[in-house]
Order: sequence, then C-alpha cells, then structure tokens
Amino acid sequence: MMAKQNKIHEPPFHIVKRPAIAGWKSVLIRAIAIIAALGVSSLVLLILTKKSPLEAMKLVYEASFGVYNKSIDKGFFAQIFTGRKFWAMLQELCMLLVIALAVTPAFKMKYWNLGAQGQVLFGGLCSVAVMFYLNNGFWATHKWLVLVLMLIAAVVGGVIWAVIPALFKARWNTNESLFTLMMNYIAIQLVSCMINVWVPNGSQVMGVVNQNSKIGWMPAMVFPDAWGMHPSAKNYFFNILIVLCLTVVMFVYLRYSKHGYELSVVGESVNTANYIGINVKKVIIRTLVFSGLLCGVSGFLLVSGTDHSITTGLDRGYGFTAIIVAWLAKFNPLMMILTSFLIVFLGKGASDIAMNMGFNESVGDIITGIIIFFIIGCEFFINYRIVKTHREG
Amino acid sequence: MSAPAIELKNITKTFGQIVANKNISLSVDAGEIVALLGENGSGKTTLMNMISGIYFPDEGQIFINGKEVVIKSPKDAFKYGIGMIHQHFKLVELFSAAENIVLGLKEKGKYDIKQVSARVREITEKYGFDIDPDKKIYEMSVSEKQTVEIIKVLYRGANILILDEPTAVLTPHETEKLFAVLRKMKEDGKSIIIITHKLHEVLSISDNVVVLRKGEYIGTVETSQTDEAQLTEMMVGKKIDLNIERSTPENSTDRLVVKGIDFTNHDGVKVLDDISFTARSGEILGIAGIAGSGQKELLEAIAGLQKLDGGEIVYMNPSTGNAEDLRNKTPIQIRDLGVRLSFVPEDRLGMGLVGNMDIIDNMMLRSYKKGNSVFLERKAPKALADKVIEDLEVVTPGPTTPVRRLSGGNVQKVLVGREIAAAPTVLMAAYPVRGLDINSSYAIYNLLNEQKKNGVAVIFVGEDLDVLIELCDRILVLCAGRVTGIIDGPTAKKNEIGLLMTKHTGGNE
Repeated sequence: MMAKQNKIHEPPFHIVKRPAIAGWKSVLIRAIAIIAALGVSSLVLLILTKKSPLEAMKLVYEASFGVYNKSIDKGFFAQIFTGRKFWAMLQELCMLLVIALAVTPAFKMKYWNLGAQGQVLFGGLCSVAVMFYLNNGFWATHKWLVLVLMLIAAVVGGVIWAVIPALFKARWNTNESLFTLMMNYIAIQLVSCMINVWVPNGSQVMGVVNQNSKIGWMPAMVFPDAWGMHPSAKNYFFNILIVLCLTVVMFVYLRYSKHGYELSVVGESVNTANYIGINVKKVIIRTLVFSGLLCGVSGFLLVSGTDHSITTGLDRGYGFTAIIVAWLAKFNPLMMILTSFLIVFLGKGASDIAMNMGFNESVGDIITGIIIFFIIGCEFFINYRIVKTHREG
Repeated sequence: MSAPAIELKNITKTFGQIVANKNISLSVDAGEIVALLGENGSGKTTLMNMISGIYFPDEGQIFINGKEVVIKSPKDAFKYGIGMIHQHFKLVELFSAAENIVLGLKEKGKYDIKQVSARVREITEKYGFDIDPDKKIYEMSVSEKQTVEIIKVLYRGANILILDEPTAVLTPHETEKLFAVLRKMKEDGKSIIIITHKLHEVLSISDNVVVLRKGEYIGTVETSQTDEAQLTEMMVGKKIDLNIERSTPENSTDRLVVKGIDFTNHDGVKVLDDISFTARSGEILGIAGIAGSGQKELLEAIAGLQKLDGGEIVYMNPSTGNAEDLRNKTPIQIRDLGVRLSFVPEDRLGMGLVGNMDIIDNMMLRSYKKGNSVFLERKAPKALADKVIEDLEVVTPGPTTPVRRLSGGNVQKVLVGREIAAAPTVLMAAYPVRGLDINSSYAIYNLLNEQKKNGVAVIFVGEDLDVLIELCDRILVLCAGRVTGIIDGPTAKKNEIGLLMTKHTGGNE
C-alpha cells in the first residue's frame, strides 16, 4: 500500500469556507492586505523611479496632511488642521462620500445603479443654469434664494435622471445597469451642448460663474483670525458639514426606518417582499427618487461649493468609485467615511508621487488599481481559508 | 472472495466548523444494493458527492475493486465507472433523450445519433426501461427524465450507480417500476447505492443498510435482519413513537370556499384547472400530489400572490359572519379585510423569511407596518422572537443571529412560530417538514394539531403519503392542476391516493 501511495496525485491544498471570523482576524487580514498593497506599489515605483519606498510613503502622507515644518511655532496637529492639504483632502473625501451615500440605498436593494455620474452631472447642470441666469437685479440682493433654487433645481435634475430607468425597471423589468449607464452618456452630451450655448466662443470651457458677485456660491465659514486657517477650510467647511450630516441621516434611514427595512427586504428577496405584501414597484421608485435626490445634492455641492462652473468631468469619476466605497463598507454609511478616506488618501498620494517624479496621472491610476485589487482581494481570505490536504494511510 | 466493487475507509469531510462526514467506512460488492439511510443533514449526500468527484475528502481512502484511487473531478469518477443520478436532473430540455445521453462524450468517429438511439434501445431492453430515445425532454414526465439520467450513466459504462433520493419525485407506482429496474441491474452485477430516508423503501429494495447520523457512521445491518423500529432508532439515536394523534374535528364550519379557480402561468401553461374545495375550521385538509401538480400555485393564489383567470375564493369571517371575496386581492388588501390568513411557504428562506436578517427582523416582516411612525419598532418583535425561541425550543445563539445560520428545523420553527403568532383563522403550510429531522417533524405536526384544536382551518401540503393519511381529516389529491379526488383521511388507502395522483384526465403521458 505504501508503494501505491506514490502514484496518487492529489491537490496539496484546498479551500474551506470559514464560519464566522473573529473580529481581530478580519482586521489583521485587511491590515496585511494594505501593507502588501503598499509593498507592491512601492516596488512598482522603485522600478519606475529608482527612489526609495520610504520616500514614496512620505509623499503619500504629505499629499493629504501637508508637509510638517519644524521651524514654525505651531504644533504638529495644528499644522495639519490649519493647512490647505488637509481640507482639500476632506473636501474630496466628502464629495466621494456623498455620491457613495447616494448609490447605497439602490445597491442595497440590488438595483445596480451605474448612473450616478449622469445623475450628478444633470443635477449639477440644472444647478449651474440657475446660477448662470439669475445673476443680476433682484437676485443680486437675494443670494440665499438663488442658493435654495439651485439646490431645488439640482435635486429635481438628479431625481429625473434616476427615476426614468427606475420607472422602466418597475414597469417592464428592463435591465437597470445598461439603462443607467446609457443615461450617463446623454448627460455628458447635454453638458457639452449647454456649455456651447453658454460659451459661444467655441472654447468648450465654461469659466467660473459670478466670479465677482459670488451669487450662487456656497458661503464661507468664518473662523477666528487667530487660528490662521487656510482659505480652503473656510470655503469647504459647509460642504463638509452638510455631507457629514447626510451620512448620519442615511445611517438612520437604512437601519431604523420602515423604508430602509422595506428596501432591504426587496434587495434580499423579491419573493419575500411580495409574500408579505410590500409593493415592490413603489419601493423601487421611491428608493431611486431618494438616490437621485442625493446625487442632485452632490451635483449642487460640486457646483456651488467647489467648482462654481461645470465641465463634463464635474463628478471626477466618483460616480463609479463611489460604488467601490459603498461596497467595501458593506453599505454601512459610517464605515463609508473610512473607505472613502482610504480611496482618497491613496489616490491623492499616488497622483502626487506621479507629479513629483515626472510621470503623468496614469502612474497614479496604476497605484490606485493595485491597492483596490488588494483590498477587494483580501475579502476572499476573510470568507475562506486555505487548508493543506492531509491524509492518513 | 473478491474485493468489493467500491470501498470507503475512514472518510472525513468538514465545511468550516461543521463536520459533514466523520470517519465513515462502507463497502458495496458487485451485484449488491446498499441503502444509505439517515436524516437530512446526516451527511449522505456529502459522502456520495465525494465518490462522484464533486467534493474532495479531507481524510480517508477510496478503493475501487481493491485498488486505491483518487477522485478529483466527476471525470475521474466516470473513469472508474461511477455514475451518480442527482435529485435535480441536469438535462437539456430541448434535446431528445438520446442527444442528452451522448452530450459531453468525446467519442472517436462520426456523430451518429441513430447509432446512439440503437445503443440506448439495447440498454432499455436489457434492464426493462420504458422510454423512447427520440422523445424530447420537455415532453417527458418526471419519471421519464429520471430514466434518461439513469441510462446516461449506464451508457457511459458505469458499474457503480448512486441514486440520490430517487423516489422523492415519484408516485408509488413509478417507484415500483424503478425498483424492478434496479433489481435487474443488480442481477447484471452492478453495484447500487441508494440514498433515502423512507424506511419501507429501504426494506423492500436493499440488501444491506448503512446508517449515518449527524455525519457519523452508526452501523451496517442486513436488511433481512432488521425492521422499521430498529432502523429509526439507529437513525435518530433513540426510540421514537411514530404515531401521529388525530382528534375528531369539533364544531366544524366552512371557513374557506374555493370554487372553480383557474390559473395560467407565465409560460402559458394551465397550472390550476377548475379547482374547487372547502376548508373547514378545526380540521386539517391535506393536499397530495406529485411535485409540481399545482400545489404551490394553489396556496399562492389563496394568499393573494397569483392573478387568477377565473373562479372564486370566499372567506367566511367567523367574527363578523360576512363572506369576503379574496380573489385577486393583494396580501395587504386581504389583511385589511380582517382575514387572518397565515402561510408557511415551501421556499422558507426565499419567500417566508429573509436569510440574511436576524430572527427579530424576520419576526417583524408581518408586523413592521403597524403604527404611523416612519421608524421601526423593534421591541414587540424582540419579545416575540424570545417567545418563539423559548416555546418552540429553537436552537440559536440568540435572537440576533441571521436565520440562514440556523439549521433547517430551526429555520422552520422560526417561520411557523411567526405565522402562528398572528393567531390565524386559516393556516396554510406547504411541505412544512421537508428537510427536517424526525424530532422536528413531529414538533411541527404537533403545532398543526394544536392549531386545529384551536379551531383553525389548516391546509397542509405534504409529500409523504403515510403522514398525510395519519395526520389529515380529509385529503385532496391534485394531478396536473386538477382535483382528482377528495377522500376521508381515516379511511384513506395509500394505493387509492397513488392512483388519484396519476389519474390524468387528458393529455400528458
């Protein structure tokens, strides 16, 4: 029998599904994944730039938290808090976060909304239109009213863009992924078209609207002068505050409201929803109205609080990145603060490295890609473990 | 004596923390039929899946004709002459029997379907199968499809056949036919392993019985030396009273009157055809029939989940005395009429419960809408969850455990517990004991009996005829969407029901 055993070929390892995993273990696996991701991306950078990984890591950190200057009489944390980089990072984090919040209820319902980009763009377009036309006379003295109208316009735009595919889904069970994806292209073309209308010189670039009057601009926060805050802090403060409030609202909506409960049931099983008498069509449409509403709000924040103008790239590609953010956080809005931080932190770092070392943005994309690959890949090891096959004769 | 056709030694397989098989050994000789007996979850299918190359054992050895082998894939299993007939058929509906049989075979030479048909006929004649190789699968009955699956493995030269619960979908008559074929194959020297949990079938077909319990090997007995009581004891681990009590209905009144309902499904097939019956309070009405005869659709129609073509469903409200028409009303409209209708659907985790939600949230499914608040109220559902866990002895780490983590019996207790908590006047249960161990099954029968005593009209769709006869006051038999008979439970005969189950009034077969 011993002789026979030599002839037998069997797989040396096999995959076993884990039961519930201990909390510290899953944290450990994720930490290892991030370290491995940083290791591999450092290696790529090392090959490309011949610079030491430590130097690269430092650049990544400084891209989000700024350079620490020992000669200034200000503490380490005070320097971060009053600096430009930190607030710019927070602003980007929040813009990504708000779009992630917008896609979350739909994804939780297993409605694959790939149209956040279009919904943000169209909302932003409506918003910028209000800002563009209502900029004199009465409106110059009622700036707050313009802001309100911009918000309403953005929300209506976002909702229209989200609800059209939802109606088709509810009525004829059309494929929402394709439908929402195509709506993106329509929104992009509409934005180009309107820019042409508003900027007749053919440059295809809309400059900053209401540069002097600041009509339709998000108001700046007033900090005490003694704090020495960078202007970005003042300009972005309300954007950030609004998004953080929305995060809490979304958390409560999903966990404690009847609507949130209904959409989870529909997402888990349409059969169960029918069985207990949930009107599935109504829930789909209602959820997408909410989703579109939040996309509209993000469009408004981007136009009013950040860009004060519009381009076809208003959404910064976050319409898709937001899906990763929401998914990594398992649709928990509070966790999304962490995951969007991770994505923004690494993304900013990667693009700073690229610029610093004379590469174009693509290097940044490569690094971000490597990192996301590791983060998503580690989920496999959280759900499964690999066991060595052992046999007794 | 020659080596056994197939022998397993100390096979162990774990999934996560669950030990599905622990140190299991068994052997089957050529020309022998072995029954693998055990309750659901005892590891029968896992063990067979390791022989047929779907899973790979963690530990242990497999010998074919005395030689140790490693089976890594279904392809390896074929190579060693092992063929498995699964519970769920894997056939291409649009192809003929012969086409399905050669599908995936890499034979040299020209593809000649006529030659295949000829060889298939040879096999059918040899073993006494009753099938036309040129018939398309979609035109076949369930038992014919099963026959195709069996021929498929024989065509590939299988000497060791494994049948996973082959009788679950068959009528008593079809079962007899299958057994006759199996006996012929045995005479021909084939080794057969049959998985089942029906005791009388084990006794009538097998030479030896291997019993598993909770993944462990309990023992092998010669069929001629044993009886139902001993096998049950081995299976469950203790003596069990296999009798179900049946009280005489008291103060029965008509509760639900169904008159001539018709229903056509998405594919344009008439699934319910002129169904009429009355469910009475304080009585259990059984519904018998081959799987897919319209049981599911009938219950869903009453629950307001299917749009009917015609007919009437009338509910006699015991508190107001009014007759309410339920036809084509949604579940919410039905509830708003004050009709207390509870429904335990066949698909527990796909319809009755949400697998990823915890017990509390599942308790809430029926009641979350109550009140005007936009927020959920979780206190009452929590109390109900605790009560159900305690009253029905649900084994769970706590009320916040997702129900998909519970075992089949406990999942069913959660579902039945919730439906009974609504204090129903009509309780419909579709295959409520499917997949449950014997203890849980009897717990469910007792719950149904209790509801009956409380004056509830119970409608029970079952598959085990013995249970239907013991439990029900009346039994309605469905065949291809028609009512072929309504007979009294206490005097019903199994053969009589079996005949009604296949009494086609037109078409098919």
